[in-house]
Amino acid sequence: MSNMINITIDGKKVQVPAGSTILQAAQTVGIHIPTLCHLDLHDIKMVNQTASCRICVVEVEGRRNLAPACATPVAEGMVVHSNTLKVMEARRTVLELMLSDHPKDCLTCAKSGECELQDLAELFNIRNIRVSGTSMSTYKKDISPSIIRDMDKCIMCRRCETMCNQVQTVGALSAVNRGFDAVVATSFEAPLNETVCTYCGQCVQVCPVGALTEHDSTWEVVEALNDPDKIVVVQTAPAVRAALGEEFGLEPGSLVTGQMAAALRRLGFDYVFDTDFAADLTIMEEATELVDRLTRHLNGEDVPLPLLTSCCPAWVNFIESQYPELLDIPSSARSPQQMFGAIAKSYFAEKLGVRRDQMVVVSVMPCLAKKYEATKFEDDNNQDVDYSISTRELANLIKRMNMDLKELPEEDFDDPLGESSGAAVIFGKTGGVIEAALRTAYEWVTGETLENVEFEDIRSTSYGLKVAHIKVGDLTLNIGISSGLGNARALLEEIKAGNPNNLHAIEIMACPGGCVNGGGQPYAHGDMKKIQARQAALYREDCGKPIRKSHENPSIKKLYEEYLVKPNSEKAHHLLHTQYTAKERV
Amino acid sequence: MACNCCNGEDKEKYAELEAFIESLPTTKGELIRVLHRAQGIFGYLPREVQVYVAKKLNIPVSKVYGVVSFYSYFTMKPKGKYDISVCMGTACYVRGAERVLEALTKKLGIGTGETTMDGKFSLRSLRCVGACGLAPVVMIGDKVYGRVTPESIDDILNECE
Repeated sequence: MSNMINITIDGKKVQVPAGSTILQAAQTVGIHIPTLCHLDLHDIKMVNQTASCRICVVEVEGRRNLAPACATPVAEGMVVHSNTLKVMEARRTVLELMLSDHPKDCLTCAKSGECELQDLAELFNIRNIRVSGTSMSTYKKDISPSIIRDMDKCIMCRRCETMCNQVQTVGALSAVNRGFDAVVATSFEAPLNETVCTYCGQCVQVCPVGALTEHDSTWEVVEALNDPDKIVVVQTAPAVRAALGEEFGLEPGSLVTGQMAAALRRLGFDYVFDTDFAADLTIMEEATELVDRLTRHLNGEDVPLPLLTSCCPAWVNFIESQYPELLDIPSSARSPQQMFGAIAKSYFAEKLGVRRDQMVVVSVMPCLAKKYEATKFEDDNNQDVDYSISTRELANLIKRMNMDLKELPEEDFDDPLGESSGAAVIFGKTGGVIEAALRTAYEWVTGETLENVEFEDIRSTSYGLKVAHIKVGDLTLNIGISSGLGNARALLEEIKAGNPNNLHAIEIMACPGGCVNGGGQPYAHGDMKKIQARQAALYREDCGKPIRKSHENPSIKKLYEEYLVKPNSEKAHHLLHTQYTAKERV
Repeated sequence: MACNCCNGEDKEKYAELEAFIESLPTTKGELIRVLHRAQGIFGYLPREVQVYVAKKLNIPVSKVYGVVSFYSYFTMKPKGKYDISVCMGTACYVRGAERVLEALTKKLGIGTGETTMDGKFSLRSLRCVGACGLAPVVMIGDKVYGRVTPESIDDILNECE
């Protein structure tokens, strides 16, 4: 074939398509060239190819200087040596130069053990750093409720910038200044909370070092658990159970729902509940809103359509700062995390006969934006959700408690806020929220029983943008689904242009693939196969549930009977809904 | 879409910038050109102007700030009536430009990138201006002074009235 190129790497003959890099060619024959700045997430159309770190340099015969393998295209007849002494020496020098301007506080660094720079220092057996000089370790630490930016640790790989701009199209980060002062920063180097940052945390997912990390709340949680005067309640989001096992050496896609409940109980939580319960509650409120808007629309009323889902806090941050003119279309329903907090500190606290300030609600989320979201809802200076910790933080807590998740028995969640349907568990995957809403809306609109609850057309997408047409009785609903904020932007632009596809409802999740790939999940290092395995796990859990429709959840029915009266009632509105405000951000 | 916070004079400047942006066949890839013009109109590029440019060009503010902070030509601080640039290119540097800059810093009481309190002088350094034969070179506005020494700066500054 004419578009194939033949090269030799370390004596091995390789044939690769024209345009491939030396790095890609080497990978096809099992030669592992170390990289640091490079990141290829081709499944979500992100390739970070800044060639700025120079760890991947190789010798190319006939070329005077060393070539970065990640950014050098192959040429016919090229002879490459990736493992010469000259290459080894060069990589050592490059590493030492980077380390000479890197803080040496690995002992207390949040990324220790997961740091790609640390891994390289170990691989190259760096014991002393022969170069020294001015260090730029003076950049102020930027602490937001969700993400901590410690730019002294930045190695200028610019993965975060690529993710923020190209995949998410948020535009919060850019390389600023030049030369020694160059740094990846926000507009005017403002703190994150003054910028368009949505706290989606995808930058944290790709940062190779400790420059971008989550705002850890585990010690606060431990203190609450240690306080005998507090009743500590925990809720876990759907996506957590499909990924937590990875932190304990289990295969991606292993479901650890039962072991996770057992671990939480052993950590000392008084009640181990499930955000899935609140996901069912979300469907009750959101599907009511959808059916209401559709009915009025069909009666010729001027109602805002399409209805946008509002479970994802990063997505809410995105629309509030980037599309203030569209704030009338999202559902007013709060996210499951917040519905849970509001119900726990009212309905459940009343059942127990305790004041809301005697109760501490902790959420375990696959998400970093949830940490910020938790700060938004409070009553009497007491947050509905006191602490939100990530899947990674929970894994660390379990390990800290000297437990191995794999060895724990499978236990159930507590009642009543632990009961959930299969519809709730798929909230963690792109398409899941809208499928769950359709299972309920279908039955409400048609008055018939929905026999096949799996909407294959919706399920077929694991990442990206999708339009599906779903028959609901005589109606055909046009559904938009997008994951990744870049795809969300495309849908919003379509709505701004007059909604030419006549979409009735849109589900948006900020992270590529949905919450299973959230900013707080175990580091997937860009491996979309892991993400797909987590997605499949959620469908498996749904499939195994005796109840698969939110409105059939007995504990939800009871909650309405005893407390909320009906969806969208005054009480429901007060506790479960919210308003959106335009945010001027840079 | 001019901002509400500015006075009449600013309004005119924003209108001029807006007219320039709208005269472009496309705004794609024109950020640097627009910033050039904006600095020409406003004299410098304050935060508000950068936010305005980002909105008009439909690009993130962070990208605008990234470019403004990268190029030494762009400034976020207002320049003085007399904008003094000291060439720090190789030829000027080896012939003592650093000492000239030091003397100017001392004399004016400001660092590079700063403006005197009375708004009369601003000081910055730049790379080669292409007059290496006259090194070291100092520019005030468009006027070029050659073979400058720390001792001759008084005479040059006295010309600025």
